[in-house]
Amino acid sequence: MSYDTTHAPSAHHDEHEHHQQETTIFGFWIYLMTDCIIFGTLFAVFATLCHHFAGGPTGKQLFDIKNVEIETAILLFSSITYGFASINAHKKNKGAVLGWLLLTFLLGVSFVALEINEFHELVARGAGPDKSAFLSSFFTLVGTHGLHVTIGLIWMLVLFFQIMGKQGLSTRMQTKLTCLSLFWHFLDIVWICVFSFVYLGSVV
Amino acid sequence: MSENHTTSHEGENHGSYGSYIVGFVLAVILTVASFAAVLSKAFSFWQTIAVLGVLAAVQMVVHLIFFLHMGVKSASQRQNLYAFIVTALMVAIVIIGYLFVLWDAQANMMPG
Repeated sequence: MSYDTTHAPSAHHDEHEHHQQETTIFGFWIYLMTDCIIFGTLFAVFATLCHHFAGGPTGKQLFDIKNVEIETAILLFSSITYGFASINAHKKNKGAVLGWLLLTFLLGVSFVALEINEFHELVARGAGPDKSAFLSSFFTLVGTHGLHVTIGLIWMLVLFFQIMGKQGLSTRMQTKLTCLSLFWHFLDIVWICVFSFVYLGSVV
Repeated sequence: MSENHTTSHEGENHGSYGSYIVGFVLAVILTVASFAAVLSKAFSFWQTIAVLGVLAAVQMVVHLIFFLHMGVKSASQRQNLYAFIVTALMVAIVIIGYLFVLWDAQANMMPG
């Protein structure tokens, strides 16, 4: 194949593919914006109900800030490890992408495990979502975030095996990785609000 | 040819090790500051809430710029930014509206 004969059609093809890629990513961004509104609403609900303890325990009595510190550190680390996976995806460095993705996945799993453990302890202490309006809104907000992280992890696992397969790091796969990167970093931003206003705000 | 095209695009949209590390260090500093502001008990209740609000807002901007690569350089970045501004406005209306209406209603209905 000589350079001259392939140049024009291939450039045209790239342009087309690139355009499609940008449209997909923009569409995913719009979805994230709607998700942002869901979380905004849940935060508003929590803000209005956070002092309605119905005689039950308060956040100050319940929350283990040490646990929140660890969860926060884990999510922050997973953001940067996913970032490194993205960088390597654009360098077409398959091994490094898989390595960083695996590390991100493990961090994500430990985050979800800590959260499940926290919820389990709360329910075991009689502070389940049915106890008070404060706890209902707490479980709904933090649980919705945890559910998003769990879905992100399933998505990550699927991409991991797809990249290992014959598709490798095709343009389409890179688009998928970019969408998950937006999703993952977005969840970290939601977590900033969770640890600041839900946990730290409750123990002030 | 196509290689050049994609790399020039990468530079503006996908970040580098350097930018991720800068973002990460800033995020760690802001997170530690938030926890310290509360755990040190150095401020009064409303002061602490205000400090938390400011630190969280700054950290969100840091994440948006360094991790989500938001900016104004390319057309697609600007598109994302416009969608984000509209969303932020809607979220602000929801949260501020909720707090204003419901706290007011509570103040008027709850005896004592």
